Amino acid sequence: MYTIQKKVELNPTVTLMEVQAPLVAKKAEPGQFIILRVDEDGERVPLTIADYDREKGTVTIIFQIVGASTTKLNHLKEGEAIHDFVGPLGVPTHTEGIKKVAIVGGGVGCAIAYPVAKKFHELGAVVHSIVGFRTKELVILEDEFQKVSDKYLLMTDDGSYGEKGLVTNALKALLDAGEKYDEVVAIGPMIMMKFVSQLTKEYNVKTMVSMNPVMIDGTGMCGGCRLTVGGKTKFACVDGPEFDGHQVDFDEAMARAGFYRGFERHAHDEACNLFKKEVN
Amino acid sequence: MPNMSMKKNEMPVQAPELRNKNFQEVALGYTTEQAIDEAQRCLNCKTKPCVSGCPVQIQIPAFIQQTVDGNFEAAFQIIAQTSSLPAVCGRVCPQESQCEKYCVRGIKGESVGIGRLERFVADWHNAQLDAKVEKPASNGHKVAIVGSGPAGLTCAGDLAKKGYEVTIFEALHLAGGVLVYGIPEFRLPKAIVQKEVNALKQLGVTINTNTVVGKSISVDELMEAGYEAIFIGSGAGLPRFMGVPGENLNGVYSANEFLTRINLMKSYQKDSNTPIMSIRKVAVVGGGNVAMDAARCAKRLGAEEVSIVYRRSENELPARKEEVEHAKEEGILFKLLSAPLEVLGDEKRFVKGLKCVAMELGDPDASGRRKPVEKVGSEFILDVDCVIAAIGTSPNPLIKSTTSGLETQKWGGIIVNEETGQTSKEGVFAGGDAVTGAATVILAMGAGKTAANGIDKYLMAKKQV
Ligand SMILES: Cc1cc2nc3c(=O)[nH]c(=O)nc-3n(C[C@H](O)[C@H](O)[C@H](O)COP(=O)(O)OP(=O)(O)OC[C@H]3O[C@@H](n4cnc5c(N)ncnc54)[C@H](O)[C@@H]3O)c2cc1C
Ligand SMILES: Cc1cc2nc3c(=O)[nH]c(=O)nc-3n(C[C@H](O)[C@H](O)[C@H](O)COP(=O)(O)OP(=O)(O)OC[C@H]3O[C@@H](n4cnc5c(N)ncnc54)[C@H](O)[C@@H]3O)c2cc1C
Ligand code: SF4
Ligand code: FES
Repeated sequence: MYTIQKKVELNPTVTLMEVQAPLVAKKAEPGQFIILRVDEDGERVPLTIADYDREKGTVTIIFQIVGASTTKLNHLKEGEAIHDFVGPLGVPTHTEGIKKVAIVGGGVGCAIAYPVAKKFHELGAVVHSIVGFRTKELVILEDEFQKVSDKYLLMTDDGSYGEKGLVTNALKALLDAGEKYDEVVAIGPMIMMKFVSQLTKEYNVKTMVSMNPVMIDGTGMCGGCRLTVGGKTKFACVDGPEFDGHQVDFDEAMARAGFYRGFERHAHDEACNLFKKEVN
Repeated sequence: MPNMSMKKNEMPVQAPELRNKNFQEVALGYTTEQAIDEAQRCLNCKTKPCVSGCPVQIQIPAFIQQTVDGNFEAAFQIIAQTSSLPAVCGRVCPQESQCEKYCVRGIKGESVGIGRLERFVADWHNAQLDAKVEKPASNGHKVAIVGSGPAGLTCAGDLAKKGYEVTIFEALHLAGGVLVYGIPEFRLPKAIVQKEVNALKQLGVTINTNTVVGKSISVDELMEAGYEAIFIGSGAGLPRFMGVPGENLNGVYSANEFLTRINLMKSYQKDSNTPIMSIRKVAVVGGGNVAMDAARCAKRLGAEEVSIVYRRSENELPARKEEVEHAKEEGILFKLLSAPLEVLGDEKRFVKGLKCVAMELGDPDASGRRKPVEKVGSEFILDVDCVIAAIGTSPNPLIKSTTSGLETQKWGGIIVNEETGQTSKEGVFAGGDAVTGAATVILAMGAGKTAANGIDKYLMAKKQV
């Protein structure tokens, strides 16, 4: 049983859960993900492994409440169990030979970026973290990031906290100031990753991005997660989810991410009604 | 006195215009009278040509004679000697190219309806009160099975009956393999698969779903964990795409994705959490069972027009004849001798058409079938908003790439000794689509049986030394 050991609300729309899943915890590495189903008829939801504790046998997930399934997941309480939980899936973050790295996180993408930053820090690399949020109340993992970063820059769109501006502005400033990175890792909204990749291409700095297309099985069986990288079709679940940002066809990936937007609303509305009923 | 009618008793079916709007089973099964009448058409030939056409040599005339006499349980037991999944195979086996192809009655008229009788007998057995299966006494040996398709389920069942402690590791959240995620409900009700899975549990088989071997745990680690032998029945689940421009547009699916959304995730039900797009006009590329299933599912989801796009002619369609006929009755169109060139998209990157070219058949190729060649200048555009690629699958490279010393063919099929299922790695056996590439349920089941025997012999011999 995949019992929820701990549940913390990081901000009004982002929740952290520590889940009992010893087999996954044993093998998990930063950059990998799990797929869960909340209940018997649940959708298969991919979420990144935000942290793991091999001794306790737990895996931490951090998710944004965006639709029906994440709403249902957020209804579960400590001590309750998630129906299915499979992983670790995907290829771990490549860390070899990297001595200095810039980690760029956007919004809930910071949850995915944090374990990557932590891993680089543990391996002794110099870590510069640049994180961006829309506004102050959405900021997550501030302390955690600071602990593992040699430099930590926080940006908000509206200037309500940290610096006002986009993560690309901050990254550009660092690059212009002569910072030399072996690699930039960008994780966040597709559009952010696209612009980070465009920027670093000019500076010729290798950039990895973490792609999160719609997935079903997560084992290479359906091809629904496919994207074009360097002109070739790749399956994000088995070949990724991290890819060379300079090679990814972002426009195609963004179109594919919007595929179900029109077809999903129905399920979301129903969950909201459910929610209202429970509140009454 | 045998029944000398030239024709098979017809299978009662749901009317086409009704069934193409629901997901309930199409073929309804023989009544007892129909079954006995059909069984009486069998001549009980001494030479049993039908048996030689059966990949697992079911004693066909013997079970049919018991059916004539109304001894349905005895008939079932005869089938069960060599087949573990009669209710499944009676429904999905390509009998017309196996047992029924060789049936003597087929020379002058229609062959005996062997598959329909197999299904009748199996359903009759399943409808009786569940005889509680006793868990056999353990012999203390642990065996791991990777994958819960027909190959894995069969291997697990046979080993459990011999007293082995068997654990199945399945990547998905549900056991059954293609039987649950691929073949649709209207051809193979999922309750039948569930029954087989439950029977295994009663035999003491443990089923660990949500475990991707090669990721969650590797084959080598399974051995370290004390499993003395391992059977790999991981199927051929990696979808092939067409390699034409526009393939990643919204509205292009692999058949695996389309069918998985519908069958495994139940997106045909209104309250399902997993979405499927609302489709208007669909092109399914390919001509096998998988293509027929995808097309018939699309129709049931409410598509106005569904076309099969296949590059050879009707004679070469690899799908079962019955499925092609059912598809036609349900209003599926066949654009034969046509090959896709490009998927066309609109400004939002949704599919708006499929550009095809007409083909003609030239000289026979390596497969012995006449090779399709493009007719110059014959391009045409199909008005569709959904394209489903059903052009084949191959084994997933995950297990090969994470298991030391496991040899495979270039295309990924695991190499085994056909008599025992033994692979190049000691203690590791394999069978089913993972070995042969996409094939059939009965062959996978047969391979599971062969490997169960191979594993038993291997472990017993090891015990001696
Ligand atoms: C490898 C990977 C790692 C991810 N890691 C995280 C994470 O750590 N934290 C987090 O908050 N989110 C993460 N996501 C995104 C998360 O899976 C989706 O937000 C979630 O599935 C939405 O489900 P829903 O039913 O609540 O929303 P829905 O209403 O179903 O969908 C909202 C949007 O989420 C996306 N989405 C829907 N279904 C899927 C699916 N099966 N797979 C991928 N995206 C989908 C679509 O773009 C959709 O428009 C990850 C996705 C992938 C592929
Ligand atoms: C749509 C469709 C229709 C078909 N129709 C027919 C038909 O009418 N008649 C017929 O005879 N045949 C038909 N077939 C073919 C038949 O279903 C297959 O040949 C048969 O299921 C193969 O059985 P298997 O046990 O080898 O593999 P599968 O049934 O493919 O099962 C393999 C299982 O292994 C699991 N797995 C894979 N990798 C791993 C891993 N690393 N760790 C753990 N688990 C893993 C998979 O999730 C799956 O559950 C059809 C196939 C499809 C797709
Ligand atoms: S070949 Fe046909 S008639 Fe002869 S035994 Fe087999 S099923 Fe009966
Ligand atoms: S999610 Fe199905 S192949 Fe990647």
